[in-house]
Amino acid sequence: MLIRFKGARIVDPGNIDEEQDLLVKNGLVHALIDPAAEDPEPEVETIDVTGMVLVPGLIDLHVHLREPGHEYKETIETGLRAAAKGGFTGVCPMPNTHPVNDNAQITRFIVDRAKEIGLARVYPVGAISLGLKGSTISEYGDMKRAGMVAISDDGRPVENSQVLRRAMEYASGLGLPVISHSEDLSLAKDGAMNEGIVATRLGIKGIPNAAESIMVMRDIAIAELTGARLHIAHVSCEESVDAIRHAKERGVRVTCETAPHYFTLTDKAVADYDTNAKMNPPLRTEADRLAIIKGLADGTIDMIATDHAPHSKLEKEVEFDMALFGIVGLETSLPLSLKLVQDGVITMETLVEKMSRNPAEFLGMDNRLIPGNVADITVIDPDRCHVIDPATFVSKSRNTPFSGMEVKGDVFLTMVEGGIVFQRS
Amino acid sequence: MRFEHKDILDIESLSVQDISMILDTAEGMKEISKRPVKKVPTLRGKTIVLFFQEPSTRTKSSFDIAAKRLSADSISLSKSSSSIVKGETLIDTARTLEAMNPDIIVLRHGCSGAPHLIAKRVKASVINAGDGIHAHPTQALLDLMSVKERKGKIEGLKVSIIGDISHSRVARSNIIGFTKMGATVTVSAPGTMIPRGIEELGCKVAPDIDSCIDDADVIMMLRIQKERQESILFPTEREYSNLFGLNSERLKKAKPDAIIMHPGPLNRGVEISNEVADGNNSVILDQVTNGVALRMALFYLVAGGSRNVDTI
Repeated sequence: MLIRFKGARIVDPGNIDEEQDLLVKNGLVHALIDPAAEDPEPEVETIDVTGMVLVPGLIDLHVHLREPGHEYKETIETGLRAAAKGGFTGVCPMPNTHPVNDNAQITRFIVDRAKEIGLARVYPVGAISLGLKGSTISEYGDMKRAGMVAISDDGRPVENSQVLRRAMEYASGLGLPVISHSEDLSLAKDGAMNEGIVATRLGIKGIPNAAESIMVMRDIAIAELTGARLHIAHVSCEESVDAIRHAKERGVRVTCETAPHYFTLTDKAVADYDTNAKMNPPLRTEADRLAIIKGLADGTIDMIATDHAPHSKLEKEVEFDMALFGIVGLETSLPLSLKLVQDGVITMETLVEKMSRNPAEFLGMDNRLIPGNVADITVIDPDRCHVIDPATFVSKSRNTPFSGMEVKGDVFLTMVEGGIVFQRS
Repeated sequence: MRFEHKDILDIESLSVQDISMILDTAEGMKEISKRPVKKVPTLRGKTIVLFFQEPSTRTKSSFDIAAKRLSADSISLSKSSSSIVKGETLIDTARTLEAMNPDIIVLRHGCSGAPHLIAKRVKASVINAGDGIHAHPTQALLDLMSVKERKGKIEGLKVSIIGDISHSRVARSNIIGFTKMGATVTVSAPGTMIPRGIEELGCKVAPDIDSCIDDADVIMMLRIQKERQESILFPTEREYSNLFGLNSERLKKAKPDAIIMHPGPLNRGVEISNEVADGNNSVILDQVTNGVALRMALFYLVAGGSRNVDTI
């Protein structure tokens, strides 16, 4: 059976940006043809996507699926359902599950479970250190064979620089990139939000920008020393963007991501102690928000990831200091990111680079929409206006600061290997 | 004129009119504590829960005495006597209390914003008796009352607050309260104790104690918490006392009619010397006395009383 996407603008960075009809057959991209052309075969299922934007499937390099261990927050199944609904055909779950993904058995469990579910591809990130304790490195080789794509101790930095150096050297030999959660724990100690006037007013202990940028600089220095491939996770502040920009100019192999909340909100969102605006790194000031946008525009920031971090009410409907860090993001990322295009900050093509092409290349995949490649596709309806309503989320958790926000543009359809995994009715 | 607030959570949410009304009401309450029979029936049949999750002697006693002088029934809950130690969340504890129909819940809690969290979820009035390092509105109000009593006004006065501003809910509430009522507030402390952006609350920052006491009408010394020494805020108590302690020598530089305040408990010999604490300029015990009247006024107002207290 041939599927024909009719009438869309196809945006595939470096390949094509024009109105074409895309044909999918047997799970693969079959051909791109002129919209006026006849169906090449008699049996064709046509999907009318006139006025929409068809792009290679979005990939989220930074999610928490919580399984195994914290299934009351999210399962691989509910997380992948949220991914499909958010337009993501692939996600990279971080290793801070329980038990930690620091060995091939856990990696294999995640990969197998994801395959059974099949809603989106899962590329697990394994732990840099056993138990995320920052002292002994994990069996990266064994885990890579089981499907691991990168290493990270996300949620915790590797404090000991020698351990990080060894991890980078060892991972390099296996062709694995290192994803760093850059945070100086002594500077961030007991902090629950950005350090500054809002924190002072609310009486909440602050986390200064330097807690992030110091470790970004250290991680870059170790990457420079080892030649390893370094990716800085969830960049939130101006000093980090500057440090990464300078490193790139020097030719260091460093990439980075930010998340939609860092270019959409500031620490003012915490006012009245909203625990749904509590995440790590924290929401920063307007100057930082603008620096993140600038970094996205000038190419310093390569990717937009969500840091999808589901938490239940048990962990969020508590005192601000006690609430856990993190917000869900899979179902709001695309609409929030489309605003950058609507505001003229970046083009649609650049957005697709940051949400699809660059993550794919980071994972060593060719996801161009060319005949013979796997048909992982996201169709975006750029005009659909809606109000973000957590009640409509398919994720198990509802911890978002974006409830009630009006957004324009949304996912219309998500296809994985030629199969429709989500379609808006 | 009626008092419109259900809760007293911080000074920021009170208007100048609200604060004036509270101070006037408290002034009227003072006389009750001087009667031979220190009790009026005003809040008879009302239930007040004193829910203190952090240790407190003076604030809790002050609230308790205030409740009893108005004939309200007060019950005390501490962290160890509540189900918090059994793993109950703050919201569940508040809902459980709510089910017993109290009229007022007085909450002290170690986390900033805790009273705000429960105020939204209970029908009872919530009075913040100190939350984390955020606010201590009743302390600020009784300080305003004590200054007004001594100086006859607040507007135009110069108030200097010296001590750990970073970790002080008293400082935050007083900076906001005194500024709101027309005073000029200056704070001074070692750099480790001045939080970023504090000027945006309306105060100035002085580099040393001497430059902010010479023209001050009010000098408020804050308690140095010894347990904070491990967070590297100051090298030794000796050094702190030398640089930022208020002693008689230093007090000579101040105006003769400057008043000395301290929210207590005192660390004699550290932030304040014996002679200064017990000297003529000190209003430290007036603060405690006024605390009872002020808390009586708040109970009365949030329970629906009008401004006119002549009938009590």
